[in-house]
Amino acid sequence: MESLARNQAAEADTAAPSDATLIYRQSRWTRLTHWLWAIALFFMLLSGLQIFNARPQLYIGKESGFGYNNTIFAIGAENTVTGPRGYTEIFGKRFDTTGVLGWSGPAGQETSRAFPSWATIPSYYDLGTARVVHFFFAWVLTTTLLVWLVASLINGHLRRDLAPRLDDFRRLPRDIVDHARFRFHHTREYNTLQKMAYGGVLFVLLPLMIITGLAMSPSMNSVLPFLNDLLGGRQTARTIHFTVMLLLVAFFVIHILMILAAGPINELRSIITGWYRTDPPANGDKAPERSA
Amino acid sequence: MAKFEISPKLQISRRKFLTSASLGLSGIMLSGCDAFDSQLGVGDGLRSFLESANGLTWRAQRLLAGRDALAPEFTEADIRQPQRPNGVTAPDDDFYKGLLANDFADWRLEVSGLVEKPLSLSRDQLMNMPSRTQITRHDCVEGWSCIAKWTGTPLSLVLDQAVVKPQARYVIFHCLDTIDRSLAGDIKYYGSIDLIDARHPQTILAYGLNGKPLPVENGAPLRVRVERQLGYKMPKYLTKIELVDSFANVGGGRGGYWEDNGYDWYGGI
Repeated sequence: MESLARNQAAEADTAAPSDATLIYRQSRWTRLTHWLWAIALFFMLLSGLQIFNARPQLYIGKESGFGYNNTIFAIGAENTVTGPRGYTEIFGKRFDTTGVLGWSGPAGQETSRAFPSWATIPSYYDLGTARVVHFFFAWVLTTTLLVWLVASLINGHLRRDLAPRLDDFRRLPRDIVDHARFRFHHTREYNTLQKMAYGGVLFVLLPLMIITGLAMSPSMNSVLPFLNDLLGGRQTARTIHFTVMLLLVAFFVIHILMILAAGPINELRSIITGWYRTDPPANGDKAPERSA
Repeated sequence: MAKFEISPKLQISRRKFLTSASLGLSGIMLSGCDAFDSQLGVGDGLRSFLESANGLTWRAQRLLAGRDALAPEFTEADIRQPQRPNGVTAPDDDFYKGLLANDFADWRLEVSGLVEKPLSLSRDQLMNMPSRTQITRHDCVEGWSCIAKWTGTPLSLVLDQAVVKPQARYVIFHCLDTIDRSLAGDIKYYGSIDLIDARHPQTILAYGLNGKPLPVENGAPLRVRVERQLGYKMPKYLTKIELVDSFANVGGGRGGYWEDNGYDWYGGI
């Protein structure tokens, strides 16, 4: 623990800036695990969409209804008078998604496939290979999450940066207004919405992804038979797995938008080198590290 | 404060920078994906490296599940539909059709390879052995599941009768249905499991489905149930069980038809 802190101090010293507004914000553990997740989630998403393409339906319950209907989501293709069309069906409501979902490909070579070629690994249909890629990065993702958790407990990242405080609840309304107006405060600390987003991904979405992933494994069902009972059955677990994927993609989009809006160079520098430029203290404000 | 602290002039150049950067990045990513595709064939270095994670999954799940942890079993009320057939559902092989025409009276299950006493069992002989009935969920590698009641002879009883030699490590299942055609001729379905799964209490040679004789589309006269793995690990239209110490002389050497076509040998996930 002490050596970690010393390391960080040494790390911070070597690149010590002359400028007081430049602070050492992200530890090497946060930076390393951030990029490992980025890589793992990229491959898991694209291989996962390929795996989904093998059975582009989602069901609620223990099994898939063939003799009855428990399908809540489906992507498919159908022949119409104007030629084949792709569709997406959500809770029985059908939308035409030709060109992207259900029916897609280069002009004249369109094929029936749920997610388009550009969104899957491999780009051609290959369930076996997608599973190889998916499960490799599942190990990377899970290991990284564990490493991050241990490191963040030891180096204080959890307690200092992510743990919600009373102040966070008080600041929430203003925080929402500030974000809505693209008014960003560059400080040492995460704001309330950041804590909610990062905490939600790290403590809710990623664990849920791992749990629902394990719940789909017939071998793990013999180890943890209660898992599917808790989740509402294997097919419900699969549906949750897919839904959490959508939430993670939504997080990614907002994450990138916020970084672009808050200053991509500064934000990228802090997650690559650890150094972050904070707002200069205004008259009457406390030190930049303490400002809200 | 400091909402957009940079000058408008800089902002434009930043936007330009971002546009060209993102265009460049997506270009690299797209060509990267194509390059990635070409590294993913069976036997390619990158693919073999990624596949090593499956060995890790196999060992981890074996460690956690042990030999005898049981797959969940369900109740009669959970059987809400016929078992969905998949893969070959009506073998077009003359030999199989001949057996079917005679209601499998001439069918035999051969047990050979690394055993002390090779066997040739009729369906009646198998049905006269102690049986196990289990309501389990069939999980297809594609992602769907179906619950059904299976009745059959525990594979461990058949192995005991044949007396497995100590050097045997895997059970190979040889089937009657043609799954593929190659220049060398028809390829009949084949697959394999290790002796831990072969001796698992729920691993049965099923001849009954939902209280009736096993239908053709589900693998009549005999199919394997390996309840802790996916459907492609449970061959249908069984004709021969062979005990081996390696996959070297089986198909492409990866332990099964689908394995030779890129699926992982371990199908517990």
